This record gives sequence, structure tokens and C-alpha cells, in this order.
Amino acid sequence: MEQQYPVLIVIIPMFTAMVLTLAGWFKPSVCQPLAVVGLLGSFLSAVATLAKVSAGGVISYRLGGWEPPFGIEYRVDGLNALVLVMVSLVALLVAVFARKPVEKELGNKISNFYTLFVLLVTGLLGMTITGDAFNLYVLLEIAALTSYALLAMGRGRAYMATFNYVILGTIGACFYLLGVGLLLIKTGSLNMVDIGSILPQLAGSQAVLIAFGFLMVGVWIKMALFPFHGWLPNAYTYAPTATSCLVAPLMTKVSVYIMLRIMFTVYSADWIFNVIQWKPVIMILAVVAILMGSFFALAQRDIKRMLTYLIVAEIGYMVGGAWTGTSAGLTGTIYHIMADGLMTVCLFMVIGSVVYRKGRANFESFKDAFQSMPWTMGALIIGGLSMIGVPPTCGFFSKWYLISGAYQSSDYAFIVALLISSLVNAILFIRIVETAFFSATSEEVPDPHEHQEVDYADSPVSMLIPMWVSALALIAMGLYTGEIVTRWIQPILPGGLI
Amino acid sequence: MSESIISFTPLAIVLTSAVAVIPISLSGRNPNLREFWTFLAGFLKLMLLFSLLEPVTKGIAVQFELWKVLPGVSLHFSVDAFGLLFAFVACSLWIPTSLYCIGYMRGLKEHAQTRFFACFALALSATAGVAFAGNLLTLYVFYEILSLSTFPLVAHHQDGEARTGGRKYLTYLLATSIGLVLPAMIITYQMTGTLEFSSMGIYGDTVKPGTLLVLLLLFLYGFAKSGLMPLHSWLPGAMVAPTPVSALLHAVAVVKVGVFCNLRIITGIFGIEILSKTYLDTVVCVIAGVTVIVSSLIALSQDNLKRRLAFSTVGQLSYIILGAGLAQSYGVKGAMLHISMHAFGKITLFMCAGAIFVASGKKYISQMVGLGHKMPFTFGAFLIGSLSVIGLPPAGGFISKWLLLKGTIAAEHWPMMVVLLGSSLLNAAYFFPIVYQAFFGKGMLPENENVKEAPLACTLPLCITAVVSIILFIYPEPFLTLATLAVGE
Repeated sequence: MEQQYPVLIVIIPMFTAMVLTLAGWFKPSVCQPLAVVGLLGSFLSAVATLAKVSAGGVISYRLGGWEPPFGIEYRVDGLNALVLVMVSLVALLVAVFARKPVEKELGNKISNFYTLFVLLVTGLLGMTITGDAFNLYVLLEIAALTSYALLAMGRGRAYMATFNYVILGTIGACFYLLGVGLLLIKTGSLNMVDIGSILPQLAGSQAVLIAFGFLMVGVWIKMALFPFHGWLPNAYTYAPTATSCLVAPLMTKVSVYIMLRIMFTVYSADWIFNVIQWKPVIMILAVVAILMGSFFALAQRDIKRMLTYLIVAEIGYMVGGAWTGTSAGLTGTIYHIMADGLMTVCLFMVIGSVVYRKGRANFESFKDAFQSMPWTMGALIIGGLSMIGVPPTCGFFSKWYLISGAYQSSDYAFIVALLISSLVNAILFIRIVETAFFSATSEEVPDPHEHQEVDYADSPVSMLIPMWVSALALIAMGLYTGEIVTRWIQPILPGGLI
Repeated sequence: MSESIISFTPLAIVLTSAVAVIPISLSGRNPNLREFWTFLAGFLKLMLLFSLLEPVTKGIAVQFELWKVLPGVSLHFSVDAFGLLFAFVACSLWIPTSLYCIGYMRGLKEHAQTRFFACFALALSATAGVAFAGNLLTLYVFYEILSLSTFPLVAHHQDGEARTGGRKYLTYLLATSIGLVLPAMIITYQMTGTLEFSSMGIYGDTVKPGTLLVLLLLFLYGFAKSGLMPLHSWLPGAMVAPTPVSALLHAVAVVKVGVFCNLRIITGIFGIEILSKTYLDTVVCVIAGVTVIVSSLIALSQDNLKRRLAFSTVGQLSYIILGAGLAQSYGVKGAMLHISMHAFGKITLFMCAGAIFVASGKKYISQMVGLGHKMPFTFGAFLIGSLSVIGLPPAGGFISKWLLLKGTIAAEHWPMMVVLLGSSLLNAAYFFPIVYQAFFGKGMLPENENVKEAPLACTLPLCITAVVSIILFIYPEPFLTLATLAVGE
């Protein structure tokens, strides 16, 4: 049993999805509990795997007993063990959270929604755990196709926005596949570790370089790095509440993880930072992503749309950190994959609750929110503090490592961009909190005499619990930073970094 | 490092008022019970502080490690004489201020009093946390908590003016702490591998003076609570808060946290010797000296009493930084002592301003002509408070100013001596006319004929702090001893 944990992480949700399809025909109301149970199983397996990794190092699981590099290998080290736990935790929380909003927004499609939901999680977990470059592509497509369907269930311009995403997402996947194809031609292998061991002998090959370019562009489109970010804000804004809570934190983060895998497992730090000279260009992209994301976020009236631009900025954080070429910067990126996943899910759930109660989430809907939705506002404050980077929330410690890395590699523009982004986040969240506090939006003049008692109408408990679990996780993760970094992240930092 | 003991007491002191937030919020419907919790926490905090006095005066640092957050950096408390001095000032003033709050808030029938007292208690916790912080990270954590927990207090009135003031307040404090202190802290950690305070400084001899200058400026302006010009304008803006808030937070806790942080940076991160060796002490002195003079000149022209007091505070805070910038033991001792002396003097003045407002509804100095006869206790206390802030006997402020002057002589910073003396004259010029007009001025406004002293809960605390200001002149030993210990004599 113990050896099977890695595969259980993926298999449990996959079978749950099948069961859900059948169950949905007979009784749609059982879908949500079933999905929660399945994802709980997956989460527990992920935690067990993480514990095993920290005790015994890298786990290699052979699907069907075939030896790597011929069969598909699941390979778990500290990096993807952490990402697996984060992904399965976020998925579990959103599944609990989804009950009420899905009933309200997608009343006649409940079973479809949960089936696709669990299948999407299967794809994401599979992408994270697999050690096989082609298997990764298959799972990438599973995740992408299900997410198109989930996003298109939304209101208004959701179809058009999703269509844009389908086009760009497919182009991204094609680039990735081309890259994998070139590598297969040159090395004859699809196993990432195996390719990694062969590539040093092909150091001068143009094809290997081009393959790297294809792979990178592919994942950058998938993660919405500037200038490939155009599809993201619309697709996520018009999506149903529960979908955006799931897709927004996970899709981009898993893509960042894949970028790290390609950079440091398939290729090597030495090759990336000493042989090819891409770093200056990519640092500029990261800086521009951060600044653009922040400034566009400032201009938004819809809070959900504002958060989607913040995702664009956060992607800049992670790409920049990894490309500083320092251990501290990479530590920051890996840590921020987890931290940002949790922050984003927390904030999207907060906004989802406000949408659930008030119908939409603009500044107007936050009036008097401190009286009517005190618990939701509490979670908003914690999530906001983490985005701003106030200790002891985890957002502070990601910035700590990212700035340390940028300082070591003298990327001062990146430091300035990080600080500007923190300040912009401060403005964004203070603006919301201020509206909730003064019962008037930024344009109106608050009048204390007109102040009336507002009825308590907080979100349902089934939404508050996952929201607060994620909010408290932000603080807990911040407090356990040292532990996380020394136990899981430091052992897997590749050689060849500063 | 001298010997140290490990004890829960510092944590208990920090937590006392934070825990009190729970019963305070729960007993919102019963104001008397709610205020009882505030006082209970206040006295408990003070008693716990006294228990730390004995080890600290023996030169033993009281340590408590809260949490290991990063490899090599933990959140931990380390109580030394300077921290204890500051904690004493903040905690002992919390009690009279709470009494005053009750008189003021109930007298004016303010709304949301429960939120007010809860945030007040939280702010006090953060202040104690800053005082006891053993390293820069801990200091930073509590500094941020203080900024955030005081926002609802500043914006208490929830009207347009409160919004502007509150916005300015948070913008200045968060922007500087994130934009300046955070990078400075990370760079420091990258260069030295430590964030612990040490009297020798942590930079060593290898860091170039240019880098040190940049870091010093980042830190000095980053802790914008200290109100160094040109980052001072949040302070007059924050005067929209109810007067008790201005009194405790903006004359005592918040701004003093700012200068406390600056002093910690100068004495614990840079170290006085390195500062004077690299001539950075002159930089500190010039920045602070300019602030002292300019703010005093601005104060002269203010008619709103609270704004005049606010600009006076800006100037007095820079005295403290200037004292540290003298990089000389008399100066540093004077600076530390001035934290406490100015606190008692200034809180008296603010409480007087509030009492005048409660009794007569007047905010402007020009409307206070002749009020002295109607409110003799309030204006008597105002006189004593002004004496202390100006630095004249028989008030405590004299002693700290004396030490600061001795510091300028010992350091041979003659221009700074001129600054100190000139500013004292200016202080006198903007305080004495208020008192003179109140007692001897002709032309009292007709509506002031029936003004009486404010309620006892307002008048009593300000008399107490005024008397304490005088006692501190005769008997400054408690604070003087701690300050002497802190400079290591």
C-alpha cells in the first residue's frame, strides 16, 4: 500500500470523475460530497507522499512495472511533493466551497461541473507528478480541455473569452509538443531525467536550443507571462465563481512548476545561465509583467478582474525569481508557487462570497461589508496582507527570498518592481477595506450621520470554512517558512546556481 | 553579550493587552465591564513590567524566543534597559489615557466605542512588541501591526476628513516601511547574515561608507513614524483622530515607536562607533536639526491647537534622533530620556486640548482667550506640559535637554547646540502666548462665559501626568537609571 501513494494521488480523482458521471444521471445532489471525498483521498495521499519524500528522498514509481526510461515514471522529489500537496489542498477547499455557488449559478449542470472539476484536478496533479515529458503533454491537454469547458459555463462574454483561451492555449500546447518532439529526435528518450543525462553531450546542438525555446514559449503562454497574458483576465473574470476559484490559483502555478522542471531537470542551471544568454531578456519580461499587472489591476472597477491582473503580476515574480540564477531566487519561486496558490484561492473565495451575497463584486458591493460580512472581510484582510507582504504571512517570506536572490545577482530592476508591486497591492486592498469601513466608495464622501445598522448576512458556513482554512494556512505557512525551506526546498536546489 | 535569562514575561506583557481585545469586544453592551477589562489589562501589564525591572537593572537581558521563521532568524524578544524604559513609558501612560478616553468618548457620545477600545488595546500590544524586539525582523513585524491596528483609530470619525487623514496615515507608513525598510533589511541580512541588535553594530569594517550611507537613509526615512521631514505630513493629518488617540498614539506610542526604531538602528545595527568613524553622525544630525527648526517655525503659524501640538511633536522627535546622531554617550542618554520626558509633557498638552474641546467645543487658539479663569486646572496643567516640552525647570524635560546639550558640548557639535537652544526659544514662543492669552488676555468670546472644567475623568488624568512631569524633574532616577544602563555605563 505504502508504495502506491504516488499513483493514488492521481488515480483516486480519475475514478471519482467516472463515478461522478454515472452518479450525476441518477442523483445530482450526491456529486459534491463524492467529489469532496475523492479529493480528500487525493490530498491525504499527497501528504503521505510528502512525508515519505522528506524521510527517504526521491520516490520513483513505475506505472505498470515498466522500467524507465521505457515506461512512464512518476517521480516525486521535494519540489513536486510540495506542489502536489498545495494543488490537492486547494482543490479540496474549492470543492467544499463550491456547493452553494454552483447550486446558485449552475443549477442544471451540477453533475457536469463536478465531473469536469475533478478531471481538471486529475490533469493538474498528473502534470505535477509525472516524470515523462509526453505523458505531461497528455495530462496538460486533459487539464486544458476540462478548464475550457468549466470556464465557458460562465455568464456574458464567457464564451468569447474562453474561445480566445482555447486558441492561445492550443498554440501553447503545440509549442510544448514541438519542443518535446525535437528532444525525442535528438535523445531518443521521453523520460525527463533520462533526457537530462543525455543533453550535456549535445551541448552545441542548435536543435536542443530550439527545443528549449519551444518548450519555454509553450509554458509561458500557459502561465500567461507578459506578453502572452492577453487571454487570462477575460477568461477568468467571466467564469463561474467556483471555476475561477479553482483555475486561477492552480493552472498558472502548475505551469510555473513545469517551467522549473524543464529548466533544471531536463536542461541544467549551468547550461541555462552560462551557455545561453537569455537571462537579461527574460528578467525584463518578468519586470514588465509585474509592473503591467500591477498598473492594470489599479485601473479595474471589478474586483475579480483586478485579481486576475494580480495573477499576471505574480507570474512575473515567479519567473523572475527562477531566472535570477541564484539559490535564494529559486527558493523564492518555489516557495511562492505554494504561497501564491493559497493567497489566490483565499482571495478568489472571498470575492466569490461577495458575489454570492451581493450579485457582483465591485466597490459598491463592499459598502458596509464589515457589518454585514465580518468573517469574509477578516479573510480578505489576511489575504490582502499576504499579497502586500506583511509578516508573518507567507507573502512576506516569498518577497524576502525573491529580493535576496535579486540582490545577489544584482537584478536591481527586479527588486524595484517587486517593491512597486507591493505598494500597488497595498493601495488596492486598502481601497477595498476603506470602502468596507467607511460605507462609501472612494468617490463618495462618507457621511457618519447617515450611518445605519446593517443586517448580518455573512456567507454560508460551507463557504466560510474553506476560506478561513486558506487564510490561516497563509499565516501557518509563513511561520513554518524556515522548516519548509530547509527540509524540502534546499535539498532539491540544483547545482550551478550562485 | 552579557548574561541573559529566558522568561515568559516579555511574551506575557505583549499578549496581555492583545488577549484583552477578546473580553473587550464581547462586553460591548456593558460599557463599564468593557472598561474594567482595559484597566485590568493595563495594571497587569504594568505589574509584569515591574517584575522585569530587577533582572534588567542588574544588566541581565531577559530573552524569549517566539518562533524560528527563517534559518538563522527568529522572532524573539530580548528585553534590555532601553526597551524596558520605552515599555514603561507606553504602559504607564495607557492607564491615565484610558481613564481620559472614558471621559472624552462618553462626554461626546462617540460611536463605535467598543471597536475603539479593542484597537487601542491591540496597538498597545504592538508597542510592547516593538519595545522588546530582539532583532530587526521582530521589530518590523510589530511595527507593521501597529500601523494597521491604529488605522481604525485615526479614521474613527468615518467622515470625509477622517478618510483623508487615515489614507495619508496608512500610505505614508506602509509605503515607507515596505519601500525602504524592507529592502534595507534584506540587504543587511545578505551582507552580514544576521539581524540581531548588537551594541558594536553588525556591519563590521568591510562595508563601504557609501553603502552604509544609503542604508542609513533607507532606515531613517523608512521608519516614517518618527516624522523626519519631509515625511512628516501624515502626523498633522492624523490629528483628525479623537483627542485621546492623538494623545497616546500620536504623541506617545506611534511616533515614539518611530524614534525608538531609529535609535535601535543607530545604536544596535550601525553602532555608535562606526557611525562617528564614517561621519554618518553628521548626516543624522543635519537631517534631524533641519526638522527641529523648520517644524518649530511651522508650529508658530498654526492656529488649530492640535496641529500646533503636532508640529511641536515633529520637532521634539527630531531632538531624540539628533541626540542619537551626536554619537556620544551623553547625547544618546539624553535622547532615551527625552522619549519619556517628552511623552509625559506632550500627553498632558494633548489631554488639555481635548479637555478644552469637551468643555467648550473650541479647537482654535484664537478662540481660547480668557478661558484660563474658567478652566484653571486644565490651563495650569497646560503650563506645566509646555515647560516640560520647552525644557525649563521645574519640569522633567529640563533634564533630558540638559543631557542633550551636554552631548553637543562633548561631541563639539556647536551648530547643533545652536539648533537646540534656538529651538527652545521657538518652543517658548509658540507655547507661552497660549497660556498668557488664556489667563491675561482680554476679549473673551461671549459663548465662553459659561464654560466649566471638563468632567473629572478628563481633568484628573491630565493633572496626574502634569504632576508626574514635575516629579520627574525632582526624581528622574527611574528613567535615568535605565537610560544610563542602556548606554552601558
